[in-house]
Amino acid sequence: MSLTHQDVARIAKLARIAVTDQEIEAVGLQLNTIFGLIEKMQAVDTTDVEPMAHPQDDALRLRPDVVTEPNRRDAFLAVAPKVENGLFLVPKVIE
Amino acid sequence: MINATLKALSQQLAAKAISSEELTGQYLDRIEALNPEFNAFITLDREKSLAEAKNADAARARGEAGLLTGVPLAHKDIFCQQGWKTSCGSRMLDNFISPYDAHVVEQCRLAGLVTLGRTNMDEFAMGSSTENSWYGPTKNPWDPAAIPGGSSGGSAAAVAARMAPAATATDTGGSIRQPASHCGVTGLKPSYGVVSRYGMVAFASSLDQGGVMAQTAEDCAMMLNVMAGFDRRDSTSIERAREDYTGQLASPLAGLKIGLPREYFADGLSADVARVIEAAVAELKKLGATVVDISLPNTELSIPAYYVIAPAEASSNLSRYDGVRYGHRAAEYHDLNDMYEKTRAEGFGTEVKRRIMVGTYVLSHGYYDAYYLKAQKVRRLIANDFVAAFKQCDVILGPVAPTAAFNIGEKCNDPVEMYLSDIYTLSVNLAGLPGMSVPAGFAANGRPIGLQIIGNYFAEAKMLNVAHQFQLATDWHSRAPAL
Repeated sequence: MSLTHQDVARIAKLARIAVTDQEIEAVGLQLNTIFGLIEKMQAVDTTDVEPMAHPQDDALRLRPDVVTEPNRRDAFLAVAPKVENGLFLVPKVIE
Repeated sequence: MINATLKALSQQLAAKAISSEELTGQYLDRIEALNPEFNAFITLDREKSLAEAKNADAARARGEAGLLTGVPLAHKDIFCQQGWKTSCGSRMLDNFISPYDAHVVEQCRLAGLVTLGRTNMDEFAMGSSTENSWYGPTKNPWDPAAIPGGSSGGSAAAVAARMAPAATATDTGGSIRQPASHCGVTGLKPSYGVVSRYGMVAFASSLDQGGVMAQTAEDCAMMLNVMAGFDRRDSTSIERAREDYTGQLASPLAGLKIGLPREYFADGLSADVARVIEAAVAELKKLGATVVDISLPNTELSIPAYYVIAPAEASSNLSRYDGVRYGHRAAEYHDLNDMYEKTRAEGFGTEVKRRIMVGTYVLSHGYYDAYYLKAQKVRRLIANDFVAAFKQCDVILGPVAPTAAFNIGEKCNDPVEMYLSDIYTLSVNLAGLPGMSVPAGFAANGRPIGLQIIGNYFAEAKMLNVAHQFQLATDWHSRAPAL
């Protein structure tokens, strides 16, 4: 399988990474070699094999829904690029 | 002092032969002299380090010192550390001063270890050479033309050059074991779940594991005692009885069954590495171990499985870097989407962007079953191979990498060639098993070669025992480059 220019542009869009046309070409070539590597899996018979999400097959641990962390809002706002009145500022989304 | 192990330093400090302030000062001086050449450290702060050292000395004066109080330590720049820049080797976090401590950092702090600085790494732990760092490559102290390995290249180089007696590190596909091998130091990756990932910047959550590099297995055991343990803040942290990882070091190896996977000794293994591993196995046989021929038939599939699963998980984990709450934000953008796209294009390096794109693709609609789900099934096959193998042996031995360290710049243009050299380490992460690299010899060109020891689930103590006994009978681990 080979990625087209369109495919790479679409992936970049999904990943929210800006790419120029030249970059799409270069990245496309490299992604195709990587996908060539990944194709080797297709030859293996995995019928009836249970997928393994991570080394511990147990279900994720739950905990009671109570507050356990102190409120450190100021510390977390201090590392943000743009804040105002205790809120993170971003470009307007709703017209 | 500079060549002393953690154990020796602990004894010297306890005997008051040296203060932590003096000792820390010596390491900082050495770092100042060597780091401009080797670039093992991204961030240093002499004042902060010496303040920690003075606190350690004060604690000792009050009679409150523990085993490792006052011993200096370097942290891989992937562990969030309060008040320190935590960059992950990336432009994306170049401006990030962490507001909190990772579990590992907290545990080290409570044990009284003193921070020497933050070590260089492949960006977001993606790489096997430390060439993918925003801060430039780290050079191998044994040969500055060589890579130190990656992604924990800075930590490995720091210990090899004796800029630090030990360093924390992480291993997702081999990132502790491979740089340890390339730099001639001892490295340990525990079983998945043993060291909490809280505050350890996430790359691939089902594979990432924090660990350590030091000169000896005994030192690694002492550090694992500090780092390991249940942490409720990590939902994958394993709850099990506390263990003293130094407890089995002295056990003799008579009767030990060593499994040698035939797939690890096929084509692709360089003559240098084969020679060193064979000699190491012969040494262990002299100590009473016997060799069992085993097979891990799905070894080669670990590469495609890993390079689907890890990028997929990375694409999800790295979606948090959007310029909103922390890290880099583009200077100019015309709307929210533009801000995201420019921020991420500017903040991430080439390899990271490549892996995010691979991950995005394999998780996308229409491809999830063919790639991600398929990879998870292959993962099960790989884990099953090990379960079967461990019915026939106690530990598995083999190479860490097909060759000794290659040159800086040699492979960085060909991602696939780089990926292929991970063949011996990836399946250990996929299965969630513990693994170590111990210094075992040198290539003809003088570059170090490590022996990989793979243990069964939660058998770190047994793995450390084998490594320690090997280190009592050999001296590869005490060699250091003449710097």
